[in-house]
Amino acid sequence: MLTGFWKLTWVEIKVFMREPMGVIGSLALPVLAFIFVSRGLGDSEATNVADAMPFNVAIMAALFIAIGAALSLIAIITIYREGGILKRLRATPLSPLTILGAHVFVKLIFTVVGLGLLVLAGRQFFPGAVDVNLWSFTAALLLGTLSILSVGFVISSMVPTARFAQPLGSVLLYPMVALSGLFFPLEVLPTGWRVFANMLPTTHAVALMQGIWDGAGWGAHWEHVLGLVAVFAVCRAVSTKVFRWE
Amino acid sequence: MIDPVIQVTNLKKRYGSTIAVADVSLEVHRGEIFGLIGPNGAGKTTTMECVEGLRKWDHGSVSVLGLDPRRDARALQERIGVQHQEAHLQKRIKVWEAIDLWSSLYASVVDTEALLAQLGLTEKRNAWFMTLSGGQKQRLFVALALIHDPEVVFLDELTTGLDPQARRAIWDLINGIRDRGKTVFLTTHLMEEAERLCDRVAIIEHGSLIEMGTPAELVRRHCPQLGVVFSSEGDGVRDRLERISGIDDVTRDGETYTLRGTGDDFVTDVIHAVASEGIHVTGFRTELPNLEDVFLKLTGHHIRD
Repeated sequence: MLTGFWKLTWVEIKVFMREPMGVIGSLALPVLAFIFVSRGLGDSEATNVADAMPFNVAIMAALFIAIGAALSLIAIITIYREGGILKRLRATPLSPLTILGAHVFVKLIFTVVGLGLLVLAGRQFFPGAVDVNLWSFTAALLLGTLSILSVGFVISSMVPTARFAQPLGSVLLYPMVALSGLFFPLEVLPTGWRVFANMLPTTHAVALMQGIWDGAGWGAHWEHVLGLVAVFAVCRAVSTKVFRWE
Repeated sequence: MIDPVIQVTNLKKRYGSTIAVADVSLEVHRGEIFGLIGPNGAGKTTTMECVEGLRKWDHGSVSVLGLDPRRDARALQERIGVQHQEAHLQKRIKVWEAIDLWSSLYASVVDTEALLAQLGLTEKRNAWFMTLSGGQKQRLFVALALIHDPEVVFLDELTTGLDPQARRAIWDLINGIRDRGKTVFLTTHLMEEAERLCDRVAIIEHGSLIEMGTPAELVRRHCPQLGVVFSSEGDGVRDRLERISGIDDVTRDGETYTLRGTGDDFVTDVIHAVASEGIHVTGFRTELPNLEDVFLKLTGHHIRD
């Protein structure tokens, strides 16, 4: 099953790095947003910058990295499908799972890279601000990303053309940030909206990352872990049914 | 001995209410170049992709190298090489990276450097896919199709969109594949290509096969009439021509005479007659029917209509 997985992953990493817009959009922009928003909102006198913000800018940036990964995945899958690249790969001994798994894996790798840049930017611009279990936070971000990527997969499965899939991805994914509980607590929402918000991967990703940021363990947020896994499972099942190779 | 490498029996395939393949039965023999020819949308690609194991069919049976493409797709991929119509690779993948990736997927591969050299791609090994010309892209796809030394090679509209020079180079290449003992199954809507390249062809229209055989057989069967056109300034030429045996029709347009007739000896007979009658000829050419004419005869329209 792993035939070609690492090779394909490595090729896709190189191909992605050669695309300036992709790298800027999914890596540089979230980090720059983090820096600018922090500087704009932050109180430079405060000892802990994160605490001085109306919301957690690092988590916002991490979330944008995850969404950027999903949008990039949508773009790649739909463009590859339109160009017959998926079909060509499928006419090799590569298993379908390997082909798609390699793309997801590449996105997870770049998510970690993005988070690394974020941490470096944090060290650079807000020394002493970050005191978080990075391993745990990375794991939380990866789980959240995987869940958001699976939504991206459903979008790229259902929308036939790259031209529509990419804007649709943005229109569907970015508003999820507003409902994620990052900017205001979900308790202020009417019940219907709150239930809806709890069906979104972004909501659970934010809650889990926030919890770990605040020093809680994974056990304290099992329901959000479960939420992310549930979204992933549902989206995976749907994708398996509706995914189109051409 | 005839050894069918591909056997398709009563293949049927529909997409919703559209019938892509109505009824196709064919056999491809080992070591031949077999061409499925027909206009766009006739069902060529669908038929080919069913045979390759990329598509499930609704009815009928398909066997390739003794394997069922639906059940044994994986085992089959090791033994067949494919090239798709209008295919692309990652825009920024380098030629050598594609070769390297494909090489890693198969149990045994050929000498890839030699393959690149043979296809004239050595100088392009570090080039991005998007920077290649149409002909170079197609040659790369041929390389990817041949990398594991497959027994059967599938080529779908390989030369569509190429200039005549690039097209000829690809034809030489395909002949070379066959000369090494491989079986080639190709589709094309270019009659010249089918005629120059294929040992046998099947004509497909609206999802059904309407004829099959060697190009020469089909021409002889459906368009037996040959033409000889020559120019002569002399008088009474027409009367003297009508004595030639096997002649169906003579038409005259100024000093140009067109003779139509059938039979393998027709052109020879005309030459003999012209010589023995002492007719002074200032121009001479033959008009021989080809697959294009066969297609027109069988379907009532040109292949590109």
